Amino acid sequence: MTRIEGHDKVTGRATYSAEYPIEGVTYAYPVQAGIVRGRITSIDAAGALAMPGALAVLSSEDPPELAPDADPELALFQRREVAYRGQFVAVVVADTYENARAAAREVRVTYEEDPHDVRLRGDHPGLYRPEKVNPFYPADTEKGDLAAGLAAAAVTVDVTYTTPAVHNNPMEPHATLAVWSGDGDLTVYDSTQGVSAARAMIAKTLGLPAERVRVVCRHVGGGFGSKGTIRPGTMLAVLAARAVGRPVKVALTRQQLFDVTGYRTPTIQRVRLGADADGRLTAVEHEVAEQSSTLVEFAEQTATPARTMYETPALRTAHRLVRLDVATPSWMRAPGECPGMYALESAMDELAIAAGLDPVELRVLNDPETEPESGRPFSSRNLVACLLEGARRFGWEGRDPTPGVRRQGRWLIGTGVASSTYPAYRRPSQATATVENGGYVVRVAAVDLGTGARTALTKIAATALGVPPDQVRIELGDSDLPPAPLAGGSMGTASWGSAVVAACEEALRDGKHGAADTTDAIKAQQDLARHAFGAQFARVRVDMDTGEIRVSHLLGIFAAGRIIDEQLAMSQFVGGMTMGVGMALMEESVIDDEFGGFSNHDFAQYHVPVCADIERIDAAWIEEDDRHLNPMGAKGIGEIGIVGTAAAIGNAVYHATGIRVRDLPITPARLLT
Amino acid sequence: MRSFEYARAGDPADAVARFRPGAMYLGGGTNLVDLMRLGVAEPEFLVDVSRLPLDRIEPDGDGLRVGAAVRNSDLGAHPLVRERYPMLARAVLAGASGQIRNMATVGGNLLQRTRCPYFQDVSKPCNKRQPGSGCPAIAGDHSNLAIFGHSSACVATHPSDMAVALAALDARVHVTGPGGDRVIPMPGLHRLPGDEPERDTVLAPGELVTAVHLPAPPPGASRYRKVRERASFAFALVSIAAALDVAEDGTVRDCRIALGAVAHAPWRCERAERALRGAPAGEESFTRAAGAELEQARPLPRNAHKVPLVRNLIVLTLLELAP
Repeated sequence: MTRIEGHDKVTGRATYSAEYPIEGVTYAYPVQAGIVRGRITSIDAAGALAMPGALAVLSSEDPPELAPDADPELALFQRREVAYRGQFVAVVVADTYENARAAAREVRVTYEEDPHDVRLRGDHPGLYRPEKVNPFYPADTEKGDLAAGLAAAAVTVDVTYTTPAVHNNPMEPHATLAVWSGDGDLTVYDSTQGVSAARAMIAKTLGLPAERVRVVCRHVGGGFGSKGTIRPGTMLAVLAARAVGRPVKVALTRQQLFDVTGYRTPTIQRVRLGADADGRLTAVEHEVAEQSSTLVEFAEQTATPARTMYETPALRTAHRLVRLDVATPSWMRAPGECPGMYALESAMDELAIAAGLDPVELRVLNDPETEPESGRPFSSRNLVACLLEGARRFGWEGRDPTPGVRRQGRWLIGTGVASSTYPAYRRPSQATATVENGGYVVRVAAVDLGTGARTALTKIAATALGVPPDQVRIELGDSDLPPAPLAGGSMGTASWGSAVVAACEEALRDGKHGAADTTDAIKAQQDLARHAFGAQFARVRVDMDTGEIRVSHLLGIFAAGRIIDEQLAMSQFVGGMTMGVGMALMEESVIDDEFGGFSNHDFAQYHVPVCADIERIDAAWIEEDDRHLNPMGAKGIGEIGIVGTAAAIGNAVYHATGIRVRDLPITPARLLT
Repeated sequence: MRSFEYARAGDPADAVARFRPGAMYLGGGTNLVDLMRLGVAEPEFLVDVSRLPLDRIEPDGDGLRVGAAVRNSDLGAHPLVRERYPMLARAVLAGASGQIRNMATVGGNLLQRTRCPYFQDVSKPCNKRQPGSGCPAIAGDHSNLAIFGHSSACVATHPSDMAVALAALDARVHVTGPGGDRVIPMPGLHRLPGDEPERDTVLAPGELVTAVHLPAPPPGASRYRKVRERASFAFALVSIAAALDVAEDGTVRDCRIALGAVAHAPWRCERAERALRGAPAGEESFTRAAGAELEQARPLPRNAHKVPLVRNLIVLTLLELAP
């Protein structure tokens, strides 16, 4: 189905958060920490306030009033300590954006600087075991006897992979318009993945009851997790508007996005695998080192996919975290699964080679009956079907595993495969469905972050109501609507859709109106392992004289429940896979040891793939009939596309060249030295 | 961005007359406006030279005269350029994106600034931006910076593709200024950083590029090849412009080799060219020539990959050009 708002978007009529016209608006521009770690000794705003149009400067010289338990990343100007380079230390409000920016450069901040540490190392003395990893998993798990499993193995691999820090880089930068009413109510137009969640966070930070805050977000130009929670820019607008008594807009620059809106932690991952003579796994161990800031503990769940993927008598997973003088990492498309499956699926390729097995065969051989770590049954699991269907379509059969022997002109050719997985969760949601003007209006505080949620929910509601889609109008993107979880964790459609279907069914019974809340239904659901699976196949060509790598073909086959809309689903899968190509071959936020933060912070220096990088990309799916999920029978598809892509490409680069690059991204520099 | 004055010049003499300390000439603005937004460039006065009547490409003797205000897209697409100087057409089309090439001018392309990450970040030191403040790139992120001709003050590279082809073609840059007109042979427009990295070129204040003269194309085959990690819209890791003319006895009669993304200026490989003239046109000579050039390479800890890349590119490109 064509996106309902597609025409508005391509003709420029869709209103994004920075674009709401409002009387008397002013603009805020941040001042960012010029040191990595230390204390602010003074902030002199006199020069800035003397600049044309300047209205106010907020800083820790006169801390704005906030709730004492506010999240440290959002508690702006409460402390004198600097936790990372680029942290907001002040904000200037002025009559125009240009004046605010010019005045911000005149704020004089002096510091007492302390030595800093921004470099994650596998032997860092500060590494510790977090209480839990995102969002609620145990940090470590152990099942069976790992040492015995490895000792009994006929073949083993013991390999360490690293992934760099990478940034979400949505097309639309984070932007906020904050408007306080005369009686102290707050409306925030925010580019966010969740209006209910944003409202709760803003209210909590301010110490206000949630009903005093309204968050509106009609359209989002992508978030990829970086808009899943509010970021400091939102609070900048809210506090600035409160201080000047006028509406305030904040639109972060691309450079500022690299500093304060989250990123994927770098990882150092050791994988040990053992297999018997037939290729059956005897041991799987996945240990991960990663970072968080000194402000907030965010522990990415990188080793968790090993708990789901393959049958093994001995399984150990472990996460270690070190708190560095860096900005807080956060969610980025498939946190955990994405970097974790890169290491696990690369190691599986190395095991297949060591065992003399085809890598598809190795994965089929080790497909489990029940979830390996938990022992829970799967609601459905069709990884094997994805692998076999992918192999058939890709022409995998008869592949010669010998690396470095296929040549076309100056290019070496190789192919690789990797599995994909992502959990299929639901969170409680409310929704209403009401007969209005001869059709139905469905209300849910969902957000369409560019995925097509508005369209998918229209289709879901129309199906439930038994009417054509043009008789259904969805209202979303407003926290005044029935509360709903955010668009993230690939659970938006499943969560909102469950409530929408229930509300529509009730409206049909009632004849006028239906309201639903899925909290109890979700609590009562059976304890099953619910995951989507997939298989990705890559063909690459590598010029060994220049190190250039190009992706000739990328094929993803997914088993993600019932696909609600083919056109929208294709965009999600292909989009995720494309982002996976970026992860494999070019994306790296370069850590600046001397100055902290990242040295590259624009699209000229931080490369994401362009069309010319991928000559052919295909996605397809196996329809699953899984009754244990939700009324739609759907699993989320926003994230699984990026899971496994980097491993498939890395495995193909090895097959092409005989060189196993274990550090992402696989750049010409890494192949040439 | 700070407030600035703006004036549109009517002709080159008018532009030069309007120039004053603190002024900058504005071409397509594809680099200068970015740098103004970042606070890297803070001109008080912009003299817009993008609409000067310097937008023609005309035959000139046995060569071609390209006006400084010619847009990059028009240069890359011009039939005479494509036919007689394919190396230049390819170099121009390898740069930036279609939208940027539509805006960018020949003069502006030559005078664009380095994309060194420290130069572009006003919160960090940079000798080029702020003389005497230091060069953090030497110990920091220099993976795509210079291996030739850098100094302890600066390891930046010049980012242009077009300038590399112009260096190989012996192009001449026509300049007018307060001191009158002069002609600067390429690659002499750009300088090495030495202890004055703030000076990218030999131009004096107020001097304005008016045209680029291309002499008759070099005999033999030629090409431009750009290596980059992304297939489009990325600066070069290393690029090469090369021409090779082989005599009937199989020896090299003449050759031109220029490299991009390896130095503060387009890098004309004079040592390699000298080693090649009169030598048999074959892999052994090409490898020796590349080695001769690389004797003066001084790679930094994190850009050593540029050395094999330069060697491979020189050898492969010449092999492709050899009959």
